[in-house]
Amino acid sequence: MGSVLDKARQEPLWNTNKKIVALLAALTVFLFGFPLFGPNAFYLHLMIMIFMYAVMSQSWNVIAGLSGQISLGHGVFFGIGAYTSSFLFVEYGVTPWIGIFIGIVFSAIVAVLIGIPMLRLSGHYFAIATLLIGISFQVVFQRWELVGAASGLWIPLTEGNSWSALQFHGSKVPYYYIFLAFFIVTYLLVWRLSISKIGFRLRAVRDDYQAASSLGINVARYKIIAYAISAMIMAPMGSLFAQYLLIVDPDRMFNLEISIMVLLMTVLGGIGNIWGPLIGVAILIPVSEYSRIYFGGTGGAVDLILYGLILMLICVFRPDGLISLFPKHILERARQR
Amino acid sequence: MTFEIIAQAIVGGLLMGLIYALIAAGLSLIFGLMNIVNFAHGEHLMLSMFSSFWLWSLLGLDPLVSIPITILLMAFCGVLTHYLLIRYILKAKMLIQICATFGLSIFIRSLAQLLWTPDFRNVTEPLLEGRLEIANVFIGQPQLFAGLACLMGFALLYLFVTRTETGLALQATAQDRQAAEILGIPSNKMFALGWGIGLGCVGLAGGMMTNYFFIFTDVGVNFALFAFVAVALGGFGSIVGCLYAGIIIGLVESLGGLLIDPSFKLLYVFAIYLMVVIYKPQGLFGRY
Repeated sequence: MGSVLDKARQEPLWNTNKKIVALLAALTVFLFGFPLFGPNAFYLHLMIMIFMYAVMSQSWNVIAGLSGQISLGHGVFFGIGAYTSSFLFVEYGVTPWIGIFIGIVFSAIVAVLIGIPMLRLSGHYFAIATLLIGISFQVVFQRWELVGAASGLWIPLTEGNSWSALQFHGSKVPYYYIFLAFFIVTYLLVWRLSISKIGFRLRAVRDDYQAASSLGINVARYKIIAYAISAMIMAPMGSLFAQYLLIVDPDRMFNLEISIMVLLMTVLGGIGNIWGPLIGVAILIPVSEYSRIYFGGTGGAVDLILYGLILMLICVFRPDGLISLFPKHILERARQR
Repeated sequence: MTFEIIAQAIVGGLLMGLIYALIAAGLSLIFGLMNIVNFAHGEHLMLSMFSSFWLWSLLGLDPLVSIPITILLMAFCGVLTHYLLIRYILKAKMLIQICATFGLSIFIRSLAQLLWTPDFRNVTEPLLEGRLEIANVFIGQPQLFAGLACLMGFALLYLFVTRTETGLALQATAQDRQAAEILGIPSNKMFALGWGIGLGCVGLAGGMMTNYFFIFTDVGVNFALFAFVAVALGGFGSIVGCLYAGIIIGLVESLGGLLIDPSFKLLYVFAIYLMVVIYKPQGLFGRY
């Protein structure tokens, strides 16, 4: 095992092809410098949504791509993150920075609690259970008086910008950099995970759980680990999104659409590849935001019709996602599996 | 709390349970046949209710009269689903199969929302109206007949699957696709037939429900969830198991709503699902 691991770790994250390195470097510089060009609020919002969904889809990619389980209610962890940090701030004045980490811990606990009974089961049972969990959470939060029931929590506004309360009025630039930082850190961590011992064991479980278990891998435990890691990636995005909107309500935070979006983006880009979710997000977020502008109030429905159609087409024609369109030699190095 | 109220809840739960059972039977048939879970099952139910509704509102056909048309329409829809989508993902990974039918469900629901708006509709003055009173327990006539129709549908389905040659061919395909092919049973046609019958069941349930249920674009979501639970409870692929499971779910839903809190109905059913999949993952009546 050791030699395989060492070999894999030597593999660079990106292609050593100079053109690709230059492209990625240029992209990084561009992302950091983007706000300096003074783009209007819409473009900043667009980029923030791209970063946010890139992280969320990556979270789904960890459970689906690495461990092969389908979660149809992944928005639950988004909601838990949002509610935890907001509730702590509204009730006890705890700074959201700490709230984010408590949210991460909470969602990991919930994931383990859900995972222990559910992940012993095969795919269909788990997928159905997550669908039920997603809707149950929304039902419970709609009626839970402590967290404001259906009207939700309103985060009290601070006077002016405040880093400690994580609120910035008048400019989206600080949000931009915060989301960007989370995006980069998440992708680095998931890459590190994918070439770690856990990552290899997870893939072994995904590809052939009987063979994996005969090698002494505790299948159920690794599935739960993957689920918990995935939840921990999702939660901070909920907290940050709550700070971005300053309102937390069950219909927004436990929206089924979140679960649909992260699934669709990952499948569109390519499941099991670290760059897959990013490709899906980079295509779908602009489509979604622009369609919201052009179709106005009915944008939601038109959006979803399109999503459903894309999802079916991808499953039929390109089950490996758009990333499979790239030339093989680039994929060889960039691949996760 | 009097005896009458509890009896009322039991009768209501029983009749609702029969509907869940027939919807679940459709799901179970498809699952048993090709190992694919139809995540768009609730949306198919919604379509069947809307087809029954439009036949009433545009052509003036009573939902009871249009039942055969609704069943045929849904059966056709099932065959279409197989030939346009499912056929291509038969050999795909389970993950892709789930995503594909999930995509279908999003597509149908959002399209319906765009075409028909999320308004609530209902059929006024249907042929089946009013209620019966037996020993202080009221039974709505539409509910009663819906329950009986579902039971009859169930009997026909059971007889078809176990007593006719085509039904046996269906079972053979479910057990071993390749062996059945060698015996000259075309599996692709069997799959299409399975989808047709599966959604035909949904057509019957939806058509009968149009008599007394509100018709709106999200109506199928809860029914589909309950059908999933019923299929897990009855044992994946077991049709008779669905009947018992559907009734159990109907009773739990209605008694739980009466005795604890009606707003958490979904959670009681979910609790059953959890218990079954943890302690008896093969289902209560599963063959495996």
